[in-house]
Amino acid sequence: MSAVITKVKQKEIAQLIEKGKRLDGRGLTDFREIKIEQGIIERAEGSARVRLGRTDVLVGTKIEFGEPFPDTPTEGVLTVTTELVPLASPVFEAGPPDENSIELARIVDRGIRESKAIDTEKLCIEPGKKVIVVFVDVYVLNHDGNLIDASALAAMGALLNTKVPNYEVEDGEVKTTSGHTQLPIRRNPVTVTFAKIGGKLIVDPWLEEEQVMDARLSIAIDDDGNICAIQKGGNGYFEPAMILEAAKIAKDKAKEIRKKLGW
Amino acid sequence: MTDKPEKLIDKKGLRLDGRKPDELRPIKIEVGVISNADGSAYIEQGKNKVLAGIYGPREVHPKHLALPDRMVLKCRYHMAPFSVQERKSPAPSRREIELSKVIRESLEPAIFVEYYPRTMVDIFVEVLQADGGTRCASITAAALALADAGIPMRDIVVACAAGKAGDTIVLDLMDEEDKYGTADVPVALMPNLNAVTLLQMDGILSYDEFESAVNLAIEGCKKIYAMQKEAIRSKYASAKEEGEE
Repeated sequence: MSAVITKVKQKEIAQLIEKGKRLDGRGLTDFREIKIEQGIIERAEGSARVRLGRTDVLVGTKIEFGEPFPDTPTEGVLTVTTELVPLASPVFEAGPPDENSIELARIVDRGIRESKAIDTEKLCIEPGKKVIVVFVDVYVLNHDGNLIDASALAAMGALLNTKVPNYEVEDGEVKTTSGHTQLPIRRNPVTVTFAKIGGKLIVDPWLEEEQVMDARLSIAIDDDGNICAIQKGGNGYFEPAMILEAAKIAKDKAKEIRKKLGW
Repeated sequence: MTDKPEKLIDKKGLRLDGRKPDELRPIKIEVGVISNADGSAYIEQGKNKVLAGIYGPREVHPKHLALPDRMVLKCRYHMAPFSVQERKSPAPSRREIELSKVIRESLEPAIFVEYYPRTMVDIFVEVLQADGGTRCASITAAALALADAGIPMRDIVVACAAGKAGDTIVLDLMDEEDKYGTADVPVALMPNLNAVTLLQMDGILSYDEFESAVNLAIEGCKKIYAMQKEAIRSKYASAKEEGEE
């Protein structure tokens, strides 16, 4: 998933980071500007569009009635998929999801699931038979790096304004009736992604930094500052001390973002 | 389905299978188990049974994927349909595709990929029986298979998980602890370079708990590393004896 970047620019990015600076003027642990719009797709039960600098991600949620998983008969179902839409980048291609797309969906899914963001027990209609299924579809509209954090924010943004239609059960069939209730949300996890470039950690890498990075680390933090999901990516490695440093920074950054968004 | 156990840790502080919190499951490792493969290894870790095979460096297929400055590394992690309680469809699941990627990325930092441009190395991992922690067992076995294939490497890679069961930080989670525990932190390590090449986590941990889990996992990796060395030495020691006869 990489476009071409000149050797000169690669070197410039790495040298600047060595001095504690970045090409776009940010400090090493600064996020780009975050803009979030919610409820912008009327047909969807919930939606949000997040712009992280020039990275642009739209998430729509849909509610259906379906069967629970056999091992969690009294819980609703969460399904996250991502679409790396071909118009978003010259390196995205139409077709079945590749490993990058699947990994992105599973990281977003893990952040929501492991923090127990959705009160899935409240989504049970008939234990073992009928539950509410929440589909979270992540649509990447412009790829300028750090799709993970943008997608995770947009997914939570969309869930927060997701409406569950009222329903009644008749002869085992679920029928929707007029009106709706809010999807029960308990937690607001925030994911913070780091790139390691030349032995230094930076927060929220943009596209060209991602092309230079040795490795990537994403950490999801819940409302209490606990860690609820982690994923390392990329072909490099992290020293153990660096991982702990990243976990500390992630905690502060997540708090900062949550405050900014009023979550 | 196994039923949810009442307690993961008993009054004496022991786990469901009688282990202490910082104790590994019994591990058996064998190197060079598939005669057709360029390198191979087999690991049993608790009830996990995992086979890893390496083919290559060989011609890249399809050809246009060849890289001028390095080898192409491919990895396929796959679970046998009979490896779990409920039959798993043999088609690759989204979980298997993600694990294939993270396993490849955990091994790649150890390999001198630039030594074999325009070639491909295939890593095949088959989980014959799963018991929690298959990705770690897969990495431990696949790294040995790479070494057995003679692929030049900076260091071996060894993996082990730590996590939280009940209120205790425990090493090397088995299936029930993985399912019903509070958190799971798989870690892969290049033991001589002290570099972490795989790190994932799910569940909920405070910063302090996370720190002890990572440290415990690294300790576990170092213990398994000793067994890895033993396994590869014993293969080549027996080969040497045969040669001398």
